[in-house]
Amino acid sequence: MSKVQNVEKMTNLMSKFISLVSYKLPKDVEKRLKELSEEETNPLAKVIYETMESNQELAYDLKRPSCQDTGVLQFMIKCGEDFPLIGQLEKILRNSVYKSTQETPLRHNSVETFDEYNTGKNIGNGTPSIFWEIEENSDEVEIYTYMAGGGCTLPGMATVLMPGEGYEGVVKFVLDRMTTYGLNACPPLLVGVGVGTSVETAAMNSKKALMRPVDSVNENENAAKLEVLLEDGINEIGLGPQGLKGSKSLMGVNVVNTARHPSTIGVAINTGCWSHRRGKITFDRNLNFEIGTHVGVAL
Amino acid sequence: MKKKVLTTPIKNEDLQDIKTGEIIYLSGTLVTCRDVAHRRLIEENIPLPVDLQGMAIFHAGPIVKDHGNEDYEIISIGPTTSMRMEKFEKEFIEKTGVKLIIGKGGMGENTEEGCREHKAMHVVFPAGNAVLAATKVERIKEVHWKDLGMPESLWVCEVKEFGPLIVSIDAEGNNVFEENKVEFNKRKEEQFERISKQVRFIK
Repeated sequence: MSKVQNVEKMTNLMSKFISLVSYKLPKDVEKRLKELSEEETNPLAKVIYETMESNQELAYDLKRPSCQDTGVLQFMIKCGEDFPLIGQLEKILRNSVYKSTQETPLRHNSVETFDEYNTGKNIGNGTPSIFWEIEENSDEVEIYTYMAGGGCTLPGMATVLMPGEGYEGVVKFVLDRMTTYGLNACPPLLVGVGVGTSVETAAMNSKKALMRPVDSVNENENAAKLEVLLEDGINEIGLGPQGLKGSKSLMGVNVVNTARHPSTIGVAINTGCWSHRRGKITFDRNLNFEIGTHVGVAL
Repeated sequence: MKKKVLTTPIKNEDLQDIKTGEIIYLSGTLVTCRDVAHRRLIEENIPLPVDLQGMAIFHAGPIVKDHGNEDYEIISIGPTTSMRMEKFEKEFIEKTGVKLIIGKGGMGENTEEGCREHKAMHVVFPAGNAVLAATKVERIKEVHWKDLGMPESLWVCEVKEFGPLIVSIDAEGNNVFEENKVEFNKRKEEQFERISKQVRFIK
């Protein structure tokens, strides 16, 4: 196939994949929600879990976005240096968002800043956002597709602490965000915490944390300990589904960390709502693909 | 237990026995109304193109399919964060006579006052359940202010037993989210004390 044909083929496949992510949750999230629902004892919270379950069934049957807020699309890609469409990838992803917006349909979520108008296309200046990593000696591309609505985007925050504030400062930063914004972000949440040197490194880490499965564990022993302490602690606060109280409030806490400047601790939080629409697809050089996050699906 | 269903136009006495934490449903007219619509009415003094007396509004931005010839279909519809409308809501209730505000998460003192003084309620539709909600919309009757784009337009919907709706502020001004917040903050402090002792990694 010619390059032009391949570009078209990949655009079509990605458009369908975006659609899939809008109406079906990844397997790790489905599993955790089921566990949380079964463990729940608060009657109001149980009604909410039942509503969620029937909504997800309807969304899958009708092939409609399970939540109306289909976000500003974000892609985190790890592209092999020898993937044949490396130069076309940004264009492919942008066009696939537009196509999927028409076909699924998705909500028009791109408002041009300062001029303040909705483009009506769900793409705009700098949207969808695409974050790159390049991999040596590979001809594959791995693409995380993420749809976060406004509600769970709002709690996002980054700051730089002084080392004197220590990881105690990190804990305070995360807990404060939970009781102010977290309860409106559609719990049970997946909380992503990024630790690094500055606001943008911490923020990027916190978003990467949301790409990890809900039950994954940080390789560093102390970071893993912080994940557990924060998860238990936030659950103890008792927000519950929709912030209306309940036994549990979280799907999990994931920490992603990188080294820091001796004088600073960059920390950021990102939250994923219960409808955590994340999908991972990997293409080889011939555009054969594999979906890593969803079970029993086809494009 | 029998389903408690409110039907528009809603009268003050329909609300008097409903308390926070109860689950109700709505039949009748429901109009989507969010950030810019509130801003236009309250700050820009532009009258709303729909009469909301006794009606219900929904803090929501739906996905709508345009079939042409003013024929629209709701694909997905669900609540957005109500708190964004807090600064406008008291005046909004006063000016429009709206009786039911459907949204997500809590609202504050301003809305409590509006609900108490003018007999209205804020209720929560469990967010993220937009297909379930869409199946409760019988049809779109009208659309206004399309210049605001799909999410912000005023979609006038006819709904049947729309819910579950959890009462967060009742017509007496009781506010379940504000009450919960006190408890959450207390527990947060306890958890901070517990966790911070165990994360002294810088030594």
